[in-house]
Amino acid sequence: MLNLSSTEQALKVRGQGLDRLVQGLLLVSALFCAGLLLLILGFLLSESLPVLVDGRWRQFFTLEGWYPLEQLFGLAPMLLASLLLGLGALLLALPLGLCSALFIEYYAPYVLAKSFHWLINLLAGIPSVVFGLWGLTQLVPILNKIEPPGASLLAGILVLALMIIPTVTLTSLAALRAQPKSIMTGAIALGMRRFSRVALIMVPAAWKGIIAGGLLALARALGETMAVIMVAGNVVQFPDNLMAPVRAMTANIALEMAYAMDFHRAGLFVSGFLLTLLVIIVAWIAAQLTKSANV
Amino acid sequence: MDRCFTSFIYLIAFGLIATLLWVLSDVVIHGFAMVSWDFIFSEPLDSGRSGGIFPILVATVWILLVALAVSVPIGLAVAVWLSEYTRQDTSLAQTIRVVLDVLAGVPSIVYGLFGNAFFCVFLGFGYSVLSGGLTLACMILPVFIRTCELGLRLVNNDWRRGALALGMTRAATAWQVIIPAAAPAIVAGLVLGIGRATAETAALIFTSGYVDRQPESILDSGRALAVHVYDLSMNITGGDAAAYGSALILLMLIILFNACAQTLTDYWVAKRSA
Repeated sequence: MLNLSSTEQALKVRGQGLDRLVQGLLLVSALFCAGLLLLILGFLLSESLPVLVDGRWRQFFTLEGWYPLEQLFGLAPMLLASLLLGLGALLLALPLGLCSALFIEYYAPYVLAKSFHWLINLLAGIPSVVFGLWGLTQLVPILNKIEPPGASLLAGILVLALMIIPTVTLTSLAALRAQPKSIMTGAIALGMRRFSRVALIMVPAAWKGIIAGGLLALARALGETMAVIMVAGNVVQFPDNLMAPVRAMTANIALEMAYAMDFHRAGLFVSGFLLTLLVIIVAWIAAQLTKSANV
Repeated sequence: MDRCFTSFIYLIAFGLIATLLWVLSDVVIHGFAMVSWDFIFSEPLDSGRSGGIFPILVATVWILLVALAVSVPIGLAVAVWLSEYTRQDTSLAQTIRVVLDVLAGVPSIVYGLFGNAFFCVFLGFGYSVLSGGLTLACMILPVFIRTCELGLRLVNNDWRRGALALGMTRAATAWQVIIPAAAPAIVAGLVLGIGRATAETAALIFTSGYVDRQPESILDSGRALAVHVYDLSMNITGGDAAAYGSALILLMLIILFNACAQTLTDYWVAKRSA
């Protein structure tokens, strides 16, 4: 691996000056990354500016509808839809993901655990359009038989839950594995049954990491666009039940960006900015939980 | 109680396996009827309802190449800086790490908005392969840097000490010792990034555009494979069969990339611990 002659060459030809230059270049790239975040936030803000300066932003929270043609932009129904979709999916995915992590770590025999783990990894990589396609052609028709139109809040929640279960499983697994071995051996020595060891000792010990993983999954669900567009129905309204079609903020951006002009376009950028803030806050809480879990 | 809980856990695990197999088999069964060499190598006809996906594959590859050409050198440089040139606890390094975490969490649709405002409008690239590729580059950069940094950091410190004892400069050590030693981890990060970029739809719809003919230059618009699946299933009535065919190709590509990344990581970890 270590090529001596070229190393000597490096000694003679390339001196400290070159080293400095390289260091400077690397530093510039690192600063570029920090700049990228500022650039993204800056462009989101500057594109939203027309709506922010003339005070129209108040509409976003007070109006109850989104009528781009009449220049009326009420974000509330879509914000609510995004939150309901994300929280609903998390409510389903957290117990299911935790259970599948327990299955891998404490219940399944070695080969089954390995293949299940592999399958979960595979699930994590499947593109969201593929989930959307499956939801659109398989899940929505089934829900449609129960109560039309089928494309609904519930369909969105189910598909999103399926998409974030791998994240919850993998983070829960990491949290469980991070616990000291002595906890488990102690519980075994006390003669506790497997259920008590797992549900009363290990899960409570690892709860911070598990919740943090759940929050990361929530952040992903909030930002998900394609699957939600394809199955949730895209009607701007406050949903009155689980079978009502809804439009999430992400879906709204993707649907209207192509033809939005002026204030309308600015409105979409504002919703993008809000979405980013929401996701960053959720991820920040998750990071704080992880930090306090590691102390 | 104990037995009850055990069966409950098994029930959930097998329920999940069944659902996953349902999703996969749905795509494979419906897609298999469409996929043939002819499908892969011909032009889409009738808005994609019939014909093939060749121009779309070409556009996908172009977008990927642009994204990689930009994100790999920058990403590698940042990773080397983070692991070799700075202590972990300096405030600048900490700040950069937080920024990378935030960037990794930004939703892809927001990257799409940014890409549209910055690359398409502000820099004047329009709806093009270039705009789409650059947007994707921003998106995969944080993931790539994280994987690379982790790989570089895991290189045995004896190698660094050895290089130092030989009087090698830091740049030479990084280039000739550390990066080659961490190459499998870097490639794994690369493949992971390619997988994410191939799966991406939302960031591309209004950066690389919708046109389903083959892009003639890097400034021409082109439709990525994932966008094609979305468009066929949502906007084109009777496009479902072709959507399934394209989805199967997309799925096979993603599984291939992920399997490569996993194998490389496993191989590398085994080599490290040996």
